[in-house]
Amino acid sequence: MKKKRLKNKYPRKYGEILLGAITWAAALLMTAVLLYIIGFIVYRGAPYLKPSLFSPTYNSTNVSLLPALVSTVYMTAFALAVALPLGLGAAIYLAEYARRGHKVVRLIRLATETLAGIPSIIHGLFGMLFFVTYLGWGFSLLAGVCTLAIMILPLIMRASEEALLAAPDSYREGAFALGAGKLRTVFRIVLPAAAPGILAGVILSVGRIVGETAALIYTAGTVAQMPFAEGGPPLIDVFASVRTLSVHMYALTREGLHTNEGFATALTLLAVVMGINAAAAWMAGRVGKNRS
Amino acid sequence: MRAVFFLTALVSVLAVLLISLFLLVNGLPALAKIGPLEFLLGREWSPSDVPPLFGILPMIAGSFYVTATALAVGAPIGLLAAVFLARVCPPALYRLLKPGVNLLAGIPSVVYGYFGMAVLVPHLRGSILSAGILLGVMILPTMTTLAESALRSVPESYYEGSLALGAGHYRSVFRVLIPAARSGMLAAVVLGVGRAVGETMAVIMVAGNQPRLPHSIFQGVRTMTANIVIEMGYAAELHREALIATGVVLFVFILLINLCFSALNRGNT
Repeated sequence: MKKKRLKNKYPRKYGEILLGAITWAAALLMTAVLLYIIGFIVYRGAPYLKPSLFSPTYNSTNVSLLPALVSTVYMTAFALAVALPLGLGAAIYLAEYARRGHKVVRLIRLATETLAGIPSIIHGLFGMLFFVTYLGWGFSLLAGVCTLAIMILPLIMRASEEALLAAPDSYREGAFALGAGKLRTVFRIVLPAAAPGILAGVILSVGRIVGETAALIYTAGTVAQMPFAEGGPPLIDVFASVRTLSVHMYALTREGLHTNEGFATALTLLAVVMGINAAAAWMAGRVGKNRS
Repeated sequence: MRAVFFLTALVSVLAVLLISLFLLVNGLPALAKIGPLEFLLGREWSPSDVPPLFGILPMIAGSFYVTATALAVGAPIGLLAAVFLARVCPPALYRLLKPGVNLLAGIPSVVYGYFGMAVLVPHLRGSILSAGILLGVMILPTMTTLAESALRSVPESYYEGSLALGAGHYRSVFRVLIPAARSGMLAAVVLGVGRAVGETMAVIMVAGNQPRLPHSIFQGVRTMTANIVIEMGYAAELHREALIATGVVLFVFILLINLCFSALNRGNT
């Protein structure tokens, strides 16, 4: 009797242990890979983070990343300036005005889903054909900005719509009861309540832009210069060809001479991305608190 | 104002239409000139020959092999990690691991490329295997995040019922929860495939980029995405159009993958 019981018990126990072991192993492996990548970039890049890497102009001796960094900031700001009003407007339409299940609404959702799935190289190809060639802007900051704006549009739309829908209906009812119109309700009551969620979407988009390469090589080009017009820093030349940090890193590998500086640039880029991620996590935490 | 909001909502529709239109208008003439079969099934890509040969079968095969390798590497780890995050992980560890997964998703592809060039290429050279391993890591967070939320959407009563029938914790998770979340987890894998097929920069840096049909996974290949980026800089006339046509083929593949994804997602809800 006792023998039989043991027989039944062991396979089950082994199964439990085995399944537990492979799940833990997968999680450990993933953590190890992440730590290895970050550690490796820090190890290879940190010794080459020199002040000369941040000189105001780029040349082949200092391999300065500052022009690329400044261009990245402008590229991000302008792309958001284009995409945020459009994405927010679309989200307001979908969340506050549209009738659910209507044909046009379904079409918009289908288009947004499709847009979200298009790889960045296709966005880049389109940007080159449309903005650079058809509209005749050439390799320019502006062409890059418009390409990126289309790329992040679905991201901003989805985050904003979710944030708007998460605002309780009692807010809207309260505003209507106090005599506010639809528009005033949306802008003064619903939008402020949804702000953290929208901001989290914006931060995610910033991460996408900062890491983007394939969509920019043939739209914004690869010239390592600040995007300033001749009059000086406050004036921007939107038709200047610039490279962002990611494109800068790719250009360095193609030359093949500055791998070490490339790793230092990678470290800078990684630091920027980690900062963006931390900000997004903080915002998401605030959304969670607001809801509960 | 309603009309203004409506117009902004139509921008995404307009963008998709414009993207399709410009790709097709610029890519289809090359397809007609070269011949659709010669283009899609041609085994030689040598644009500088006289007459030039534009066959993208090596690139289609390259994208396929690299993606398949990436899946073999990434899918088991990604899905098991999702199981870990959703069902095994202690809450204290979760607060550390979840941001880690997000960070893995946020690392730019060029940074992955640098890592691959320095760590994988010296041992495996530029090959399908190098690109597959690197891409496998890159698609991990995508699959993990999606599969985790699929697992979390399974009703708790399934798990409790399984425990009540005497199954252990892991057995309940693997035999009850995973089958219940099947379509969501499959959708996660499909999204990973889409990512892998569309990835460009990291692949260029580790795949070797030889436009030929490979005989083993230790040989270099060129993917469709790589073909576009590498040659677009100096291509002209028919060569340029053939590259845009490569983009059209890639676009069609991506649309098919997206279709699978939304079909699976619809089955889930």
